[in-house]
Amino acid sequence: MNNSDMLLILLGLPVASAVVLAFVGDRKFAPEINISGSAATFIAGIALAIEVYMHGPMLAGGKFFFVDAFNIYLAVLTSFVSVTTALFSRRYMRREREHGRVGQVGMRFYHAMFQLFIFAMLLCLLTNNVGILWISMELATLTTVLLVSLYRTPTAIEAAWKYFILCGVGIAQALFGTVLLYFAAEKVLGEGGDALLWTNLSRVSGQLEPTILSLAFVFLMVGYGTKVGLVPLHNWLPDAHSEGPTPISAVLSGLLLNIALYALVRCKVLVDGSTQTHYAGDIMMVFGILSILVAAFSILRQKDIKRMFSYSSIEHMGIATFAFGLGGPIATFGALLHMLMHSLTKSAIFFTAGHASQMHRTQEMDKIRGLFKGKPLVGWGLMLGVMALAGLPPFGIFTSEFLILTATIQEAPLWTPFLLLGLAVAFAALFRAVQPMVSGDVPDYQKPLKVAHLPVILHMTIVLIIGLYIPDFLNQWFKTAVELLK
Amino acid sequence: MDISLETAARITSFIAALVLITSFAMLAQKRIYGLIHLFAWQGLFLALNTAVVGYIADKHHLFISSLLTLGLKVFLLPYILYVLIKRLNIRKDVETIVNMPTTMLIGIGLVIFSYHLTAPVRELSTLMTRSTLTIALATVMIGLLMMITRRNAVTQIIGFLAMENGLFFTATSATYGMPLVVELGVALDVLIAAFIFGIFFFHISTTFDSLDVGQMARLKEDEMNE
Amino acid sequence: MNINPYIIEFLQVAVVIGLAPAFVGWIRMLKCWFQGRTTAGLFQPYRDLRKLFSKEIVLAHNASWIFRFTPYLLFGTAVLAGAIIPILSIDLPLAATADVIVLIALFAIARFFLALAGMDIGTAFGGMGSSREMMIASLAEPAMLMAIFTVSLANKSTSLAEIVQVINSGQMMLRPSLAFAFIAFILITLAETGRIPVDNPATHLELTMIHEAMILEYSGRHLALVEWASMMKLYLFVSLAIAVFTPWGIAVKGSLAGLPAAIGFMIAKLGIAGLIIVLIETGLAKMRIFRVPDFLGVAFLMATLGMLSFFILD
Repeated sequence: MNNSDMLLILLGLPVASAVVLAFVGDRKFAPEINISGSAATFIAGIALAIEVYMHGPMLAGGKFFFVDAFNIYLAVLTSFVSVTTALFSRRYMRREREHGRVGQVGMRFYHAMFQLFIFAMLLCLLTNNVGILWISMELATLTTVLLVSLYRTPTAIEAAWKYFILCGVGIAQALFGTVLLYFAAEKVLGEGGDALLWTNLSRVSGQLEPTILSLAFVFLMVGYGTKVGLVPLHNWLPDAHSEGPTPISAVLSGLLLNIALYALVRCKVLVDGSTQTHYAGDIMMVFGILSILVAAFSILRQKDIKRMFSYSSIEHMGIATFAFGLGGPIATFGALLHMLMHSLTKSAIFFTAGHASQMHRTQEMDKIRGLFKGKPLVGWGLMLGVMALAGLPPFGIFTSEFLILTATIQEAPLWTPFLLLGLAVAFAALFRAVQPMVSGDVPDYQKPLKVAHLPVILHMTIVLIIGLYIPDFLNQWFKTAVELLK
Repeated sequence: MDISLETAARITSFIAALVLITSFAMLAQKRIYGLIHLFAWQGLFLALNTAVVGYIADKHHLFISSLLTLGLKVFLLPYILYVLIKRLNIRKDVETIVNMPTTMLIGIGLVIFSYHLTAPVRELSTLMTRSTLTIALATVMIGLLMMITRRNAVTQIIGFLAMENGLFFTATSATYGMPLVVELGVALDVLIAAFIFGIFFFHISTTFDSLDVGQMARLKEDEMNE
Repeated sequence: MNINPYIIEFLQVAVVIGLAPAFVGWIRMLKCWFQGRTTAGLFQPYRDLRKLFSKEIVLAHNASWIFRFTPYLLFGTAVLAGAIIPILSIDLPLAATADVIVLIALFAIARFFLALAGMDIGTAFGGMGSSREMMIASLAEPAMLMAIFTVSLANKSTSLAEIVQVINSGQMMLRPSLAFAFIAFILITLAETGRIPVDNPATHLELTMIHEAMILEYSGRHLALVEWASMMKLYLFVSLAIAVFTPWGIAVKGSLAGLPAAIGFMIAKLGIAGLIIVLIETGLAKMRIFRVPDFLGVAFLMATLGMLSFFILD
């Protein structure tokens, strides 16, 4: 089997599943198809990863696709989280259906769009064409817009509308940046599709006109930064992540933000190559720190559990953006690890938060009580998840944040206090909110539920293992990626 | 027929001026049907411009883009909007948040801003369409302004589509169009977006009884405050 | 064969004074046709003027010298402007005395005195008309200047003769900046000369009139001069637009052969201009006074866009 076939299978599987699910609709076995589709995608992803691990980066499909250490790890992560989310959503969505929050059409739609969304993200990661990168990013937005408004409540529609409009506006700026990029590339590479291929661009990035690339980066930063949810472009994020169904919140927070950051970092590499300065990095650091601080203080004020964790996503994306902006091997390594860890932790937390709010039939944190006693797995899942999220050892986020902090102290000591302040406030805010939810007596309105254990346990175990020691292959992988992003 | 480059540049500049007029007219327009017509006109000018550039620069893929623009932005999207407005009984006038003269002044400011922003590109470009790049960016900015200053969901969408027009125009004037595969992909995205906002209009109007986005203020931070 | 430019100058002034009422008559005729009424003929304005000249003047006893002086001033400035604008020929000896900006100032002086005269008697209508006139002026003049500046920039001169010469040579085809300025100028012309949709020249309805309110107290010879001056103003604005934006056919140097052709072109263009004005007037309703700022805002916007597109596109 050659490389192109493998990629085609990887990308084809979600599309095929989406088509099948669109026909299957609300039948009983639809969730199982969803799970197996995702699982097949995951296996294809693993196979591709092994291929890349053994033989190094590859081009496929007439240079249309490009796989290297940076995107393949995100692709595997994406397909993995899609499996666990599908597992989680089986029971969760069935229950929402019983509660009457989703109808028959809604379920059909949900499953098909979920798979299409996975496809859009994988395409975004694997494409070699900067234009297609933009298109698939927009596609990922479009597929999730209607999922956010799945419940048809006024707030859900409002959130989805905001998401649609603000991300549409943001991503339009990124297209402008892409046009400028093409403008600069055309001068060096000649006209035609080849001038938009990332591999070609990175090869000649030293010859690209710096003024144009600097200008382009501002637009790309605003565009993809909106999708990353960086302050001050973050307005849509808490709404969209909190009003949609929980599995969607999990993938939005855990995966889509990563993908947007991936796009931004790819562009940054080109700009750095052209300008030979720290210009792009500086912009990213400012956005990053701003996001960390604003999000940390916003966590303090939240009453809605999913909203609070959405702000925490902004904070963590801020940390990763800051670290990528800082540059250097340690910070970049930390940022890559952070993306992985945050993705796993955040989706696990959304799973438990979804269970908790389903048990209490509300997302208000004031009403969620006594999880330790009522449902220990949910309670401990939430508690440990928050511990991981706040950066306590022995979890993986501690490792990544530690690396980033070390690099900051070495390279940009002036930024350290802000970074520390943000981390400390977020830490305190999260614990203050979670403490009362897990402890205390079980309120009479709490309904015990059968929950999906596996996804949460799986995610948290990985986070824990990586926190204790980073496996050799992962280490190797990240180091290759760091080389790429230098 | 042979057209000199200078004449060609004149023609494209003139069409660019027409696009700019439609942008400002959209800012000023107070009726929804008028807005849709203006949007269709803008699409027509864009298609025309693309065809002219394609003819002069001898880029045949631009003809496809031009036809695509014609079909999508001059006929299909305005038609969809028209049908939706009819079907949903949307109020025919548009409320603005900021008054007209102020909006216009901001619009002029945006044109100047775009002029400065695109200066490095203009200096480096050798294409005859380089001067229209400013107008293209201005169209994007004015579309954005329209989205911000209008409360109605339909007008926000038209602003969004106008922005997309501006981006398309940018691609044509900065680089004689993006590669065809990208252009097609963008068109596909716009088409999907059109269906999504169509569905949205139904949802919004059944849930809120109107398409006034101002009513959507439930998700405010203040309510979450302690 | 050349003729003395002073003769052309004289001829042009005579044409402005003589043809202005006919132009107004033409517009009224067209309007009547459009509305299916019988016309009073092309020469009705002349008959009106003659009638007014033969009537005696009734002066309010508190009228000051401003009130008596204004009609002559209005007429005088109109004649002077008529000598500056290249209507028949570019080669006008008096044109060197003033450029476009002075021309606008001339109109401004006339308007200033008219507004003073409106308030001089102290009647309510006069004051109201003056205040409205000044409001419109304060909005129209910046737009007017902007439009004129755009044209001047494009032609690198503020001298009317030179502008006309450059444009006449055909270098300025398809200039977006000029197109914008032209649209702006049409809108300003409608406002400045008191046409629909800003003011209605045919009404004496108290609530809406502007120009008519200011001259309500005039009678006899004074009224005739004021009316004549305002006819000339309309004629001059239209001629200015024609000269700056579509000067083709104008006599370049004082050649005798070019002159009849120039007169022919002028009459034809004026006829078309009249048609356009009537089309606008029958197509639109007079807008409320509070909407006028919007209208002039559009004019200003167009003029500004013209100036911007000069930098951006030309």
